[in-house]
Amino acid sequence: MKVLIPSALRSYTERGETEAGGATLAAMLVDLDRQYPGIRFRMIDEQDRIRRHIRVFVNGEQARDLAQTLAATDEVIIVQALSGG
Amino acid sequence: MKRTNKKRMSANKVAAPRARRTLVLVATRKGAWIYHGDAARKTWRADGPHFLGHNISHMVLDPRDGRTLLAAAKTGHLGPTIFRSTDLGKSWKEAARPPAFAKVADGKVGRSVDHTFWLTPGRAADRDVWYAGTSPQGLFRSTDGGVNWEPFSIINDDPQFREWMGTQQDGTPDGPKLHSIIVDPRDGRHFYIAMSGGGVHESTDGGRTWKTLIHGMDVVEGFGFDASKPAFHDPHCVRLCPTNPDRLYQQNHCGIYRLDRPSETWVRIGRSMPKAVGDIGFPLVPHPRDPDTAWVFPMDGTQVWPRTSPGGKPAAYVTRNGGKTWQRLDAGLPKSQAWWTVKRQCMAADTCDSVALYVGNSGGELWMGRDGGRRWLCIARHLPEIYAVETAAG
Repeated sequence: MKVLIPSALRSYTERGETEAGGATLAAMLVDLDRQYPGIRFRMIDEQDRIRRHIRVFVNGEQARDLAQTLAATDEVIIVQALSGG
Repeated sequence: MKRTNKKRMSANKVAAPRARRTLVLVATRKGAWIYHGDAARKTWRADGPHFLGHNISHMVLDPRDGRTLLAAAKTGHLGPTIFRSTDLGKSWKEAARPPAFAKVADGKVGRSVDHTFWLTPGRAADRDVWYAGTSPQGLFRSTDGGVNWEPFSIINDDPQFREWMGTQQDGTPDGPKLHSIIVDPRDGRHFYIAMSGGGVHESTDGGRTWKTLIHGMDVVEGFGFDASKPAFHDPHCVRLCPTNPDRLYQQNHCGIYRLDRPSETWVRIGRSMPKAVGDIGFPLVPHPRDPDTAWVFPMDGTQVWPRTSPGGKPAAYVTRNGGKTWQRLDAGLPKSQAWWTVKRQCMAADTCDSVALYVGNSGGELWMGRDGGRRWLCIARHLPEIYAVETAAG
């Protein structure tokens, strides 16, 4: 499936769009980390919680649970919630 | 100059090593810089920014090889990591496994590392060993030069330590921290650590068991806090004297202290500071060779705790007799309207024959105090808020 990457994480992917596989959001993130080591921990903490300033959208709807199922045709958008100064 | 220093040097002081070029490593809220000094420490070349936009809590050069740098990093929007360079910052690679707490069972609420706050290289004999302290309080170790990190000792999950650590609300404004990780240079199984809050603790068996070292330390008055409980103690910075590993100094939320082992009672040496200045502050730096000499940089700890230089007049204070007396060192520093905050990792000394101090403030200025802080001059301005300053011989 297509995964859009925010600018803060492009130091890993070196591009704004990539492909990753997986039947769930959790599996997709594992596959993303396999391709780009270290990227998952910047988004997901050691207790498998989505970090405070990270948002994940699947086909335009916010995903809050890593167990959410995915299809190969889905589009996943990872967003950093910019705040602060 | 050499004659003067010989005259000052007493029998228990150690001679300075051969002069080398000095590096000053500056970690800031929005990146890191390396300042390369010339042999006389008169001109400085700025190398940076590294990691522009990242919060860099600490950057340390491995004294065992003089080339490996570790930098503790996060951005406001991403999780924490540690970057590693083996060529003095020319290139960086991220740790494969940054410090992270153990995952808890489903249904339980586990902790996650917000940021790594403190980095300590292991002893010279323990090549590639590093220790890290985190916020919230956690202790981690790497045995491969900082590539992979694992929880170290019982501290992170011990119920008693967890109680002493408290919650986010009990810690410093940007999160409770484990810091001041000290490895006894004579014994790699002998450690000291400090927690804000949570007290000072010692292990003599490689982290298997810990003993609390808080006796003699004061707690905030007026609330009935029990000084025998580590949870009420907030050591800001603990340092071991490099040439006397049985002497520790501490800058605490409630004063300046000295501990001479095997005693287990801290002595409040800050009581001899001028009353108008007080003995509250964040950093403390021991002399690299003279265990009777140490510097502090006091801050205003009155009323709402502005944590700025008392009266808007920044100054370091030095003791040359183990805390019996203190002298003010402010020549060259602003005389008024300078409301500095100098954080606990923001003062360091080099190891040159005539020791210089380096201070970074929250206004992004890096200052050098020549001749043990007797003459101050500004090395850099307009940096982001400075989080940590370290020196190294390059």
